[in-house]
Amino acid sequence: MFRTRPDHRPETVQVFVEGRALMVPEGSSAAAAILISGLSSIRETPVSGSPRLPWCMMGVCFDCLAEIDGVANRQACMVPVVAGMRIARQHGAREVQR
Amino acid sequence: MNLVPVKAAEAPRKFDLAIIGAGPAGMAAAITARECGLSVLVVDENAAPGGQVFRAAELAGADPALARDMAPGLELIARFRALDITYRPGTTLWMLEPDTGTLSLARQGESMEVTAERTLLATGAQERPVPIPGWTLPGVMSAGAAQIALKTAGMVPSGKVVLAGQGPLMWLLANQLIRAGVMPVLVETRTQPILRTALEAGGIFSGFGQLAKGIGLILKARQAGMRVITGAKHLRAEGSARVQALRFEGGVEPCDTLLLHEGVIPSTHISMAIGLEHGWDARQLCWRPKLDAFGASSHARIAVAGDGAVICGWEAAVAAGQLAALDAGLRLGRISRADRDFRAEASAAALLQARALRPFLDALYAPSQEILAPPEESTIICRCEEVTAGSLRWAAAIGATGPNQAKAYLRCGMGPCQGRLCGSTVAAVIAETRNVPVEEVGHLRPRAPYKPITVQELASAQQRVDSLP
Ligand SMILES: Cc1cc2nc3c(=O)[nH]c(=O)nc-3n(C[C@H](O)[C@@H](O)[C@H](O)COP(=O)(O)OP(=O)(O)OC[C@H]3O[C@@H](n4cnc5c(N)ncnc54)[C@H](O)[C@@H]3O)c2cc1C
Ligand code: FES
Repeated sequence: MFRTRPDHRPETVQVFVEGRALMVPEGSSAAAAILISGLSSIRETPVSGSPRLPWCMMGVCFDCLAEIDGVANRQACMVPVVAGMRIARQHGAREVQR
Repeated sequence: MNLVPVKAAEAPRKFDLAIIGAGPAGMAAAITARECGLSVLVVDENAAPGGQVFRAAELAGADPALARDMAPGLELIARFRALDITYRPGTTLWMLEPDTGTLSLARQGESMEVTAERTLLATGAQERPVPIPGWTLPGVMSAGAAQIALKTAGMVPSGKVVLAGQGPLMWLLANQLIRAGVMPVLVETRTQPILRTALEAGGIFSGFGQLAKGIGLILKARQAGMRVITGAKHLRAEGSARVQALRFEGGVEPCDTLLLHEGVIPSTHISMAIGLEHGWDARQLCWRPKLDAFGASSHARIAVAGDGAVICGWEAAVAAGQLAALDAGLRLGRISRADRDFRAEASAAALLQARALRPFLDALYAPSQEILAPPEESTIICRCEEVTAGSLRWAAAIGATGPNQAKAYLRCGMGPCQGRLCGSTVAAVIAETRNVPVEEVGHLRPRAPYKPITVQELASAQQRVDSLP
């Protein structure tokens, strides 16, 4: 779990993590919003069902795949937040288009 | 998804030089290339210029936790932004065809194609994987991940924070966290003795400036009261639904967040996918593209610069970017060979200076074999497909001679990350099992798209190709 430092990053944006409204600092990624929200996991692995949260925050590990504004399998750490963004846990296997 | 059509008129489709990455290497290359009169496109998947070291510098520049580290970046970014460079942030290169110089780019749900006479990969480094038991537990992250959260959003881990591993970046992050009001515990895995390594590796005098900075970081963290445990072995993250402690030989540290780090390695995903020749770097224990002194690769139209070429830090990345841009100027007929060589002198000297301390750092912070090839059978190596060290050893024993075969046996490297994270560990485990050097085992050959793209993006790419004049 992470906390913000409003004294140093006062500008915030409202997003919804699993339906819950949350103010996050401007410049956050959707994955950062999840870390601030305190959600215990972003998804369960398809193989063993174990919980995961972001590992790298820079687009390498794909452990942060989430549903953002209704679109599944987005790399949450690479998506900057915008006002009103809806970020949700992803159920079931993650698939990527290739 | 936010579909913002990119109008055909918005940007030209042909450039002299396309640069992938707006980190120090990419920005410096763009500036020099403009000075040589080249038309320049710079794309970066991040929202702002800066790369890893100066990520979100324009937002973070005033944050007391980061200000001093971001200052040189702000200056570089200002020079970069002031020039007539076509800069596309939030844009990902998902396919590159080197023979035709065609780049396929995705940006906010739209895809586009551009061509460039020459392409410079300045895609930087990634952290080396740290596959210890329990590293997939929520609450365990790479140290870089916490630093990214701090740079982009000013946020810090709450509760008890343990930093574990080794390398210059660990000490930097420790200082940044302390300045941000978090006092971590550092569990260091370094096994090499400082003094003997220094005497053997050399570079201490010519690299004195860098060395002094590094020692300064260590002293400051200790003066601030950070507890440091040295020589830690056999690390494991423990907890049920999330991490609760880091255990190591002879000790245990309870924690809410565990940040792991064992150095960085070049991101070779794209350079390997387009088939550039790579060699194994036995000192930095990683693959890297084979390049000449100007960063020119085995393909006539492609160059690589910065930490994506060889790990050497941002000052070296700046110099290498400049050299690659000068070489592009020569190859595209804008400057003479004599002019290139004359202008290259300052950059070459800067590169040499920036490299002075590297042999020492590489030797001092060499990861141990248990990090490169986890000994415990049940340790997960491929986070995507949850492939363990044990199953990989089994595959190697029954005939998987390299990562590409292991992929067919076990699916490791077939998950969403395409082997970005597990690739180096898979190769090391197979090499160890077969008792051959890693070079012989080889590496994964990634394929396009380098990043997953949506159906809409693919569809729009098709349209664009059709509508090209
Ligand atoms: C997580 C992390 C944190 C680091 N932090 C520091 C630090 O605080 N201080 C320090 O001195 N060094 C740091 N480093 C070391 C770093 O490598 C620096 O030396 C420096 O950033 C290297 O500069 P560069 O220009 O080579 O690459 P980078 O700065 O890494 O820039 C590469 C850029 O390429 C972009 N990119 C990559 N692939 C694509 C693609 N397919 N499409 C579009 N864009 C793409 C990335 O978004 C990135 O902005 C860090 C490294 C890592 C991995
Ligand atoms: S957290 Fe690793 S890709 Fe997003």
